[in-house]
Amino acid sequence: MTTQNELYLGKPSYSVLGRRPVRHDGADKVTGKALYTADVNLPNMAHGKIVRSPHAHARIKSIVVSEALKVPGVFAVVTGKDWPDLKDKVAVMGEAGTVNLMHLGANCLAIDKVLYKGHAVAAVAAVNAHVAEEAARRIRVDYQVLPSVTWVLDAMKDDAPLLHPDLHTDSMGKKADKPSNVAVHLQFEKGNIADGFKLADLVVEREFRTASVHQGYIEPHAVVAMWNEDNRLKIWTATQGAFNCRQQTAELLQISISQVLVVPCEIGGGFGGKIAVYLEPVAALLSRQCGRPVKMVMQRNEVFEGTGPTPGSFIRLKLGAKNDGTLVAGEAWLAYDCGAFPGGMIGPGCMCVFSCYDLPNARVNGYDVLNNKPKTQAYRAPGSTQAAFACEQIVDELALKLGIDPIEFRLRNAAKEGTRRVDGPVYPRVGLVECLRAAQNSDHWKSPLTGKNRGRGVASGFWFNIGGASSCSASVNDDGIVNLVEGSTDIGGTRTSIAMQLAETLGISAEDVRPQVGDTDSVGYTFLTGGSRVTFATGLAAYKLGLDLQEQMKQRAAAIWECDPAAVQVLNGVYNHLGRSLTFKQIAAKIAEHKLDPVMGQASVTPEGSTNSFGVHIADVQVDPETGKTTILRYTAIQDAGKAVHPSYVEGQMQGGAVQGIGWALNEEYFFDAKDQMRNASFLDYRMPTCLDVPMIETIIVEVPNPSHPFGVRGVGETPIVPPPATIANAIQRATGVRMSELPISPARLWKALAGQAEEDGPEPCGERSS
Amino acid sequence: MVRNPVVRDLREPKHIPVIPVPTVFIPAQMRNLTRGVAQVVVAGDTVAAVVDELEAQFPGIRQRLCHGDSLAPGLQVSVDSTVTLRGLRSKLQPGSEVHFLPAFGGG
Repeated sequence: MTTQNELYLGKPSYSVLGRRPVRHDGADKVTGKALYTADVNLPNMAHGKIVRSPHAHARIKSIVVSEALKVPGVFAVVTGKDWPDLKDKVAVMGEAGTVNLMHLGANCLAIDKVLYKGHAVAAVAAVNAHVAEEAARRIRVDYQVLPSVTWVLDAMKDDAPLLHPDLHTDSMGKKADKPSNVAVHLQFEKGNIADGFKLADLVVEREFRTASVHQGYIEPHAVVAMWNEDNRLKIWTATQGAFNCRQQTAELLQISISQVLVVPCEIGGGFGGKIAVYLEPVAALLSRQCGRPVKMVMQRNEVFEGTGPTPGSFIRLKLGAKNDGTLVAGEAWLAYDCGAFPGGMIGPGCMCVFSCYDLPNARVNGYDVLNNKPKTQAYRAPGSTQAAFACEQIVDELALKLGIDPIEFRLRNAAKEGTRRVDGPVYPRVGLVECLRAAQNSDHWKSPLTGKNRGRGVASGFWFNIGGASSCSASVNDDGIVNLVEGSTDIGGTRTSIAMQLAETLGISAEDVRPQVGDTDSVGYTFLTGGSRVTFATGLAAYKLGLDLQEQMKQRAAAIWECDPAAVQVLNGVYNHLGRSLTFKQIAAKIAEHKLDPVMGQASVTPEGSTNSFGVHIADVQVDPETGKTTILRYTAIQDAGKAVHPSYVEGQMQGGAVQGIGWALNEEYFFDAKDQMRNASFLDYRMPTCLDVPMIETIIVEVPNPSHPFGVRGVGETPIVPPPATIANAIQRATGVRMSELPISPARLWKALAGQAEEDGPEPCGERSS
Repeated sequence: MVRNPVVRDLREPKHIPVIPVPTVFIPAQMRNLTRGVAQVVVAGDTVAAVVDELEAQFPGIRQRLCHGDSLAPGLQVSVDSTVTLRGLRSKLQPGSEVHFLPAFGGG
């Protein structure tokens, strides 16, 4: 049973949605005039620098700052001792859940232990960045080095070095007796897997491993904090959520949220990595101590070593199918690392692993595991990509062995309206079947692929997409232009997609709306930009705002015509009454002339539930058997957007997510040495794809309306990163006969697997049964 | 129109509230508390009331699901397949389905 509100209006056509207007912030961005945090310069501003741990795991015996303070031009030094008492304090971060403040604070500035190489230990503010660096070098930290661990399975062992000796595994509220690095154990069950597997004619089981990868946003973390004499703290920052940043910072400093004003600057990418605070509270502590605004900008190596990557993972997955291709049972065992502090992505990983299939019998066990890496953070559809890498390869193998076309196999088992996921909820109307059909009918799938060492793969992916609180306000100028202020940080062009929904509602053009992102004092509470929620939820707020403005414009038209507002009709932005008509702009012009009340409105919404986004990708690859290098020949991403508000942005999200997924599949990894030190913390050595590495990503937008939005919008940003690793692995299998079970599928790894190809169909099969 | 409540009592039958009887899906890791039962039908018009009723039938379950007056950290509740932000205050209808799930957000 589903109760998502049926809000979809079912309009047969739109005047604004579906068009491709020039983005409102485009000129500023292409001319270099857009203001990013690093561009903010204030009078008497100091510059901050972080001292970071050289060890993966160590106890801090002492920190001596006296020599640093003697450096001319040094204004302040802070350490973990400058935090207020955070012990046993938790903060309810609204929709972001509950946060252990001791952990959040200790991640920004270590308190008694460092838990990963690059962990922040102290910070300096000085007259410029060079003096700050010199002073940072003079801070003496005495460490007692401890054993460390970075591979998730090693961290689960009984004799593994414990990161938090007071932490006991939580199994749905039940705490284990002994301390462990396993922070959380989850389990989901549906049906009866023992009975289910008995029905299977073919069972395939394999193990999969994935490395940690980074979001790789081009703009490093940056902040300017100014603690004023009136005890108000103003923060300019690159954040995915100004209100979330405000709350995290206020809670860590134990001050009221109303003392903090967060100004979200333009943001050069986030993908989930700019939700948690790192520099903001530290810069605030420095500013309070030195009485100046303090700017801090990370270097790229600090971004890699000090901020959140994805979990590395180990997955064992088993699926059983009948000879006709019907899936009858599945079992998955997932261990995801969460880095230095609890709270990783294992929950959504477990919930997504079988989310594309109508599986009658399933069991999923998941483990959230601490290890000596930076605290993991979200990265587009967090937890789902690793799960799809495993599940979609087993599905592919079943299809191959049963002699069924891989898309046809998926269609026979695809999740649809009424399908119950393994974690319990039932889908409302969703678009996986439509995506699979679009893939089946695509030029890509229908085109033959010939040539040696070439193969074609396909895979599906899912992300929930969330709702949550959003606010916006607007005023109508005399010239009919609408100034829109919304609370969602614009990462992927959402300023325009929200403006378009307001314009559609009012019957005006997208260009007649001037959108801007407000700071935390100038717009109502708005949850973060993440979870593919902004075009859906803030767009819903814009729709509601549009109805409010329209009603006010009717009242002004009625005042001009001296008639009952209820008698005024509105059609496509034209207001009519008994043969008289005025456009939106004409009414706006007459408001001042007639001395009528100005028109301004506001709206806030808190939509619940998921909008459920599915995608299907197809890849053609060519493998060089001499080097193991995989070349992507052709790539197509198909996704249900619900309604593509601005198709160029939807395509851009699909292409961007696909390319990030391709990097995850083929090249990217946190490479640790024997001392658990990351050895590739630069873009030279951490190999993200460039435009030379990928072909033009073809896109097919499927539009199955979301019932819980008036225009059917679902959101698109997360799902496209889910299918690529499995899609490429499936293509490599077709090209070489080798099934790759570990990410990244780097040339060296693939070359080794090809060299050992004698082992039929893959290096690590766990088991297979035919009956 | 404001009516005299006394007169209304005389003229209209007393309103007898119907308490919804939702189905609660017991998380797999708590089924030891419900003797292996995966789904329980209990009376309650909110998730909080349902948890109280569960606790009466299966002592210990409240401690696992709740932290004071709120859901335990890291948990969220799904009512009729919609993850609700209202947590224990979520309203239930006859035939509602209740699931307790790990929290998730996005990137």
